[in-house]
Amino acid sequence: MTEGDGLLVRLENVDKIFKRGSEEIHVLGGLDLSIPEGEFLALMGPSGSGKSTLLNLIGGLDRPSQGTIDVGGDRIDKLSSRRLASWRARHVGLVFQFYNLMPVLTAQKNVELPLLLTHLSRNQRRKQAAIALDIVGLSHRTGHYPRTLSGGEQQRVGIARAIVTDPTLLLCDEPTGDLDRKSGDEILDLLQALNREQGKTIVMVTHDIHAAARASRTLYLNKGRLTTEAVE
Amino acid sequence: MKYLYLVWSNLKRKKVRTILTLLSIMVAFLLFGYLAAIKQGFSQGIEVAGADRLIVRHKISIIQLLPEAYESRIEQIEGIEDAVHQTWFGGVYQKPANFFAQMPVKPEEFLEMYPEYLLSDEQKQAWLSTRSGAIAGRGIADRFGWKVGDRIPINATIWQREGGEMTWEFDLVGIYDGAEKGTDTSQFLFRYDFFDESRQNGKGLIGWYSVRISDPDQAAEVALKIDQEFANSPAETKAEPEGAFVQGFANQIGNIGFIMMSIVAAVFFTILLVAGNTMAYAVRERTNELAVLKAIGFTDRGVLGLVLGESFLLTFLGGGIGLGLAWMLVSMGDPTNGALPVFFFPTRALIIGIVLIGLMALAAGILPALQAQRLQIADALRR
Repeated sequence: MTEGDGLLVRLENVDKIFKRGSEEIHVLGGLDLSIPEGEFLALMGPSGSGKSTLLNLIGGLDRPSQGTIDVGGDRIDKLSSRRLASWRARHVGLVFQFYNLMPVLTAQKNVELPLLLTHLSRNQRRKQAAIALDIVGLSHRTGHYPRTLSGGEQQRVGIARAIVTDPTLLLCDEPTGDLDRKSGDEILDLLQALNREQGKTIVMVTHDIHAAARASRTLYLNKGRLTTEAVE
Repeated sequence: MKYLYLVWSNLKRKKVRTILTLLSIMVAFLLFGYLAAIKQGFSQGIEVAGADRLIVRHKISIIQLLPEAYESRIEQIEGIEDAVHQTWFGGVYQKPANFFAQMPVKPEEFLEMYPEYLLSDEQKQAWLSTRSGAIAGRGIADRFGWKVGDRIPINATIWQREGGEMTWEFDLVGIYDGAEKGTDTSQFLFRYDFFDESRQNGKGLIGWYSVRISDPDQAAEVALKIDQEFANSPAETKAEPEGAFVQGFANQIGNIGFIMMSIVAAVFFTILLVAGNTMAYAVRERTNELAVLKAIGFTDRGVLGLVLGESFLLTFLGGGIGLGLAWMLVSMGDPTNGALPVFFFPTRALIIGIVLIGLMALAAGILPALQAQRLQIADALRR
């Protein structure tokens, strides 16, 4: 999926402006970012600095007001809404702070959700979801509903759902933000393993310096600008 | 089909709300189906009425009688092939609640005029050879458990026998079937010659004439000729197509079709609000989940389809059960003990019911579905 320079993600001169009535809020301004394939990047910064917005832009969940976003050779800022959805399904796995599982579906069915968009048969979907749940250590919880799982387990299901389609890019928005230290560490262990053993490129937004320490690189976002150093 | 599980799971999310909505839709379509059968019962005579038949009655009212002698004069009018007469007997069987149509007729002429009444040759011969013989429709025979050979006593409310006797006894010699599903099989027909000789009053008078014309397109002209033939006589006539006659008869108790449709429309409008409200809530509560579905790759149209799918599943389940229950109840028979001799669930009503289910599903689901389709992922995930 990468281009010749080994970069998976390339953002150039990206602006993001939100309009609230007649007011314009500049969240990101002239932002450049390159992420090599296989990197585990942590994004830190104060609340409202634009971390999640940046993550959404990289994942094709939102569109830039200006600038270009290239992921794996695809200019996703140019894709139509329908093609962007299809692109997300194939290339991006998303992990959310509050897990965002479907409460009416079992762990197995939650993990199968992205596979509904593929041409896999029912049996193949079931097998692939079982493998993903096994990777996150939850093969014994497949029939459980989210409400019967602990926060850590729910986040594992969320990660299984994110990796079940074998995406190139994993985007994690505060994946440990709702977990205690022990569960958080387990999730970070898992993300690290996915990065190291399966070569997944991970971009993780976090407020937690311990979580960021697990990443191979940390960038700080402040007032819409990226730096390598935290700004007080 | 692979999305059905997802759609079904979402409906199970709020079980009580789903069940209540399902029940309200079910009741609406049960009512629709049952009222459709009742409406059919009232209008069936109009639908099966022969286009080539006129009814000639007394100009003042159908209660007024006409001379039997008019028959030969009517048959001489140009454009008329045949004329037979009938008379309302108005008796009851065993008790007043057992009320149904009984009429003295001339057997051969009557069966020629109404070929939709199917009687075997053997039973027809038995009727012709038995002066006190009568035939009954399959519906009424089944209702009272009559069989050929039974002696049927009918208590008259209009026609006394000579000597003042009110009970008339008939020998059941045949049971006729209807050629069509809507043919009236609730009638009890006996011989006019026996009736005329035995009645105390009104000899030589009949109720109305059924007239077959050679060209249905000339019905209005022929009807006018009949009325002109008897103009300024002591018993002036009113001739009209059989369908209009039956319609006029039904209209004596109001415009049934309009009343029924008004009820159904009011119920459907209310249920549409209920179902629409359910769908709107279902989407509003799940804004975040719908955004997640879009985030993992569901297209805008895909999400629209899922929400519409819920609306269709809910409405088709409720509506289907309602129509099914209506069919079952209608199959149990006429609830009026004879006021609706033709009582069945018409296929046309079933088709209209299915179309209405689809329309209701679309109307209830389209706005929430469009709302879900337009959902912006980043905005929705922030909520």
